[in-house]
Amino acid sequence: MVRFLQRTYVFLVFTFLYAPIAVLIVLSFNAARSRGVWGGFTLQWYVELFQDRVIMSSLYTTLFIGAASALAATVIGTAAAIGIYNSRGWQRRLVMNLTYIPVLNPEIVTGISLMILFVFAKMQFGYVTLLLSHITFNIPYVILSVLPKLRQLNKHLYEAALDLGAGPWYAFWRVILPEIMPGVVTGLLLAFTLSIDDFVISFFTTGSGVSTLSITVYSMARRGINPKLNALSTIMFLAVLLLLVIVNVRQVRDERKGRKQSEQAQDLSFLGNRDAVGLDPERV
Amino acid sequence: MTRSRAMLPYVVWMAIFIVAPLFLVVYYAFTHTGFNGAEFTLANFQRVFQPIYLRVLWRSVNLAVASTAICLIVGYPVALIMAGNAFSRKNTILMLFVIPMWMNFLLRTYAWLTLLERNGALNQLLMAAGLPTINILYTDYAVVLGMVYNFLPFMILPIYSVLSKIDQGVLEAASDLGANKLVSFWRVILPLSLPGVVSGITMVFMPALTTFVISRLLGGGQYTLVGNLIEQQFLVVGDWGFGSAISMVMIVLILISMAVMSFFEDPEEGTTLW
Repeated sequence: MVRFLQRTYVFLVFTFLYAPIAVLIVLSFNAARSRGVWGGFTLQWYVELFQDRVIMSSLYTTLFIGAASALAATVIGTAAAIGIYNSRGWQRRLVMNLTYIPVLNPEIVTGISLMILFVFAKMQFGYVTLLLSHITFNIPYVILSVLPKLRQLNKHLYEAALDLGAGPWYAFWRVILPEIMPGVVTGLLLAFTLSIDDFVISFFTTGSGVSTLSITVYSMARRGINPKLNALSTIMFLAVLLLLVIVNVRQVRDERKGRKQSEQAQDLSFLGNRDAVGLDPERV
Repeated sequence: MTRSRAMLPYVVWMAIFIVAPLFLVVYYAFTHTGFNGAEFTLANFQRVFQPIYLRVLWRSVNLAVASTAICLIVGYPVALIMAGNAFSRKNTILMLFVIPMWMNFLLRTYAWLTLLERNGALNQLLMAAGLPTINILYTDYAVVLGMVYNFLPFMILPIYSVLSKIDQGVLEAASDLGANKLVSFWRVILPLSLPGVVSGITMVFMPALTTFVISRLLGGGQYTLVGNLIEQQFLVVGDWGFGSAISMVMIVLILISMAVMSFFEDPEEGTTLW
């Protein structure tokens, strides 16, 4: 009985979380423009969505900025994580605190402060400012993904490589990097997702004519209901679902191979959102 | 030890793009640019404390507290149930909470626009059931609803993560020592779950206090929270000094609430706030 009540409660909460999405999906196939009536099944909104120049160009911008900023952030962040791991004392504390500033700072403050900086430096707002901003807020998450892997590393591995005649660079490429690769990939994917999902910081740091998907959605939603947005939501929801199922299947397979508990905890932080990184009990 | 130099590019990058901009915010908050160039002033902060802006601040804090409280009340039982043995496939259930979080934040908020409209899905449902319709779109209720909807998983996941790590032996010990379920919840589970509650509260309260999207979409064009005020100062009015001053006040509010929360946090976890 208790179990039944418990399940009912959780399913009620799920209904609350999924009902809005379900309604959007149903309405995306509704031929009637007004929401109240069902005017029959149609794919018209999907056709219009793909013909919409603004939406398609902001999709490309989003993907481009996401990929470029994730790559840059991964390179800088991985190097930084190695540096932090090898530093001690006040230096380490200082850099770690630096890392937490953009994680803890409200996004709107990061957004306006970057906007002030770019105006101050007389930069033209557009792709460059957008890219710089995205790299900036992405790096800390890469660091927080790579650091736990470095801590799991056997300290003597690097020394052993050096003893066997490897130079520092060679040892890094052939010994350290393969070991921390899962953390690097997690960081890369996390950075890519965060970049795609970002609205607030992009909103303040982009220029006229350059707009990400989030910004386009905002300006469309501000004008009220739009059936094309329903179609877009449906596609994005299905894409996310597919991605998560793939990740989950892979994870379950890895678990069967017998992975350690700590690695699972880390994967959870990747599955979540940027804020879910705070869940990691092993934070520094 | 030369390898610690690998973080140099990062430090330079952060100095330029994080630290310097924050100093610029402070600079603009405390200066006024007149005919003789920039002068020190406190006028921007005096303006923040005018009744009209204090009301906006008060309203933002109120709504953020309300949505955090609702998230806690709704979310804690969910976390508790998930950590218990009501479900056999815990990972799947957990996944179901994560999926909505992955959908674009703006689309999630937009979804409520369709639901809450006068002729929206919710009212259609109520009419079909013969119940009176509700019109809460563009009110405080809609904004709180939007916040709860968007931030609920941020409350559930950290609490669940702490609860699921509680040693079962501790609970067995409690029951061996004669505690019934209620007592062992109140005296054992609840205190042990506090760190999760604290990080859940922080993770909901902060974005709720600073949002300008939820209030703009579900509260309507005239609806102003502190986030909207900042956005307007920078993008519409162009008064950077005042905008920076509000931002600073907001940061101070957040720091105060974090300090209060870290008071409850497990001291062994180590509070690495700043």
